[in-house]
Amino acid sequence: MRQFLIKRTWHALLTLFVMSTVMFFMFRLLPGDPTATVISPALYPKAQEALKAQFGLDKPLFEQYLIYLRNLVLLDFGISFHTLRPVAGEIGNRLINTLVLILPSMIVAYAIGAFVGAMVAWKRGSKLEGALVLIATALQSTPVFWLGMLAILFFSIRLDLFPVGHIVSPGMFPEANLQMYLSLDFLHHLALPFMVNVAYQFCFPFLLMRSTMLSTIGEDYIELARMKGVPEKRILYHHAMRNSMLPLATTLPMILGWAVAGSVVIETVFSWPGLGLLMVEAVGRSDYPVVQAAFLLIAVLTVAGTLFADVLYGILDPRITYQ
Amino acid sequence: MLRSLSKFFAIIWQSPSGRVSLVICGICVGIAVFGPLLAPYGPTERIYDDAGKLVRLSPPTLDHWLGTTLLGRDVMSQMLWGARPALIIGVLTALGTVIIGVNIGLLAGYLGGHVDNFLMRLTDIFLGLPFLPFIIVLLSLTGQNIWTIIFAMMIVMWRSTARIVRAEVLSLRERQFIAAAKTTGASDFDIIYKEIAPNIMPFALVGVTFALAWAIITEASIGFLGFGDPNVVSWGTIIYDAYASQMMYRAPWWVVPPGIAIMILVTSVYFIGRAYEEVVNPRIKQAG
Repeated sequence: MRQFLIKRTWHALLTLFVMSTVMFFMFRLLPGDPTATVISPALYPKAQEALKAQFGLDKPLFEQYLIYLRNLVLLDFGISFHTLRPVAGEIGNRLINTLVLILPSMIVAYAIGAFVGAMVAWKRGSKLEGALVLIATALQSTPVFWLGMLAILFFSIRLDLFPVGHIVSPGMFPEANLQMYLSLDFLHHLALPFMVNVAYQFCFPFLLMRSTMLSTIGEDYIELARMKGVPEKRILYHHAMRNSMLPLATTLPMILGWAVAGSVVIETVFSWPGLGLLMVEAVGRSDYPVVQAAFLLIAVLTVAGTLFADVLYGILDPRITYQ
Repeated sequence: MLRSLSKFFAIIWQSPSGRVSLVICGICVGIAVFGPLLAPYGPTERIYDDAGKLVRLSPPTLDHWLGTTLLGRDVMSQMLWGARPALIIGVLTALGTVIIGVNIGLLAGYLGGHVDNFLMRLTDIFLGLPFLPFIIVLLSLTGQNIWTIIFAMMIVMWRSTARIVRAEVLSLRERQFIAAAKTTGASDFDIIYKEIAPNIMPFALVGVTFALAWAIITEASIGFLGFGDPNVVSWGTIIYDAYASQMMYRAPWWVVPPGIAIMILVTSVYFIGRAYEEVVNPRIKQAG
């Protein structure tokens, strides 16, 4: 077990290292000068050089790369081209905002999806089953930002039940703190993006649980349990559902990764000030230090999610061998 | 190749949901091919009324079945023009994705050892890569046109196909016909591409359908985030235009149709993939 943990952690770190390296060289080597927005080509050459030196861009590429890696380890993401303040200070709140939106909706979506999927498979062949499969597939096929727009159109504009976007009402909380995350105003803003995310994320666990259950129900041990006279409810919850959970656990890291990466679109629709929206805005402003930092943090979340689910899976399934 | 394709359609045609889905996809392909001929206006043509005034944000009327946009463009025409880029980008991305994925899976699974280790580590790294954020960064650096969009999606999406194909090759490798081919002195290249590859075809086709579904949605998302090809009207960029103009909530006729079109098309692609998968390989569950 310990070796398994060490190996997985090592892989996760390797993945992050490769990603940050790719990021570094992508910005330096691809066409388009990312520094053009701060270091105007119209400046005197002397002034350009001075600015370059200030950002450390006058050094050889490899030395820049080493400095970049050292700074990453020290969580120093440089200075925003836009606000001219340290990126690290601006990004912490964004990270929390993304997590409070994504994590709870993922958990709820997984729970509902797994449960409904199991129920529908248990009573297989019902009209409800066909309808739910169609709805779930259609939802999965819908661009989530469009779903968000429809939700705003209907619930916010027509019915005036929820705010159109943002995380709290303007001016309510000048500074993000615990009080803000506990306020009713915040929950009111959270409700709609939360529901849209649940509706969207629900499909995958639902469809997967249903098909796994359908094959589990055909297994011999279910038949055996029936013959032994185990009550139906107990067969459903203890024998069938439990054993059908494993594929859900294996796919969780991938789905978590999608959800975090997909936060880019959902945050944009709802003007939710998380990492995804920050990244999109920063790309629009050519604020590359912020783009880099936001991307890497999203990558850290994805990789950490994978690692977590891998370990969880190792604990859940004793058949896994730790080699 | 052709035989597997005709078998592919025959299998799907057997299931009712597959049949409906095939018809829907056929209609979409028809719109992609002939849509521009049927469209009453150009995709970016501005429409003026008799008095010479721009027809802005008109709700659906007999002249404009789906209304007009803020810039006085006919939504119906845009929808007909927009199918083509959505499908071209989707199909090319799906094919490219699967070609890369199948090759990497074949090489890793057959050659094993260090090659396998390296390729699978690479696949893991790509699996950890945040999909949309990476594509956005890439597009912001390479510029945005149809080809960079296809390229950006392709170099990330091959990862799931590679994994599935590798797993299958691992078991095929131990079969007798491979050993037989080896004793006749067939080269590794011949064994991989003449003996193993044909057996991978069903997986490749399932991969193509799921990649197609995913690529169409992603193309729309890229368009929505404002990173689409600025010179091309696709279903995704119609939604983006509505969003960017901030008129989307006043003009539902503008945002609703492209979303529905994407939803219907992708749903039917999913059902095709599933109908085929259920018959060819009841075991595997592919996610994306």
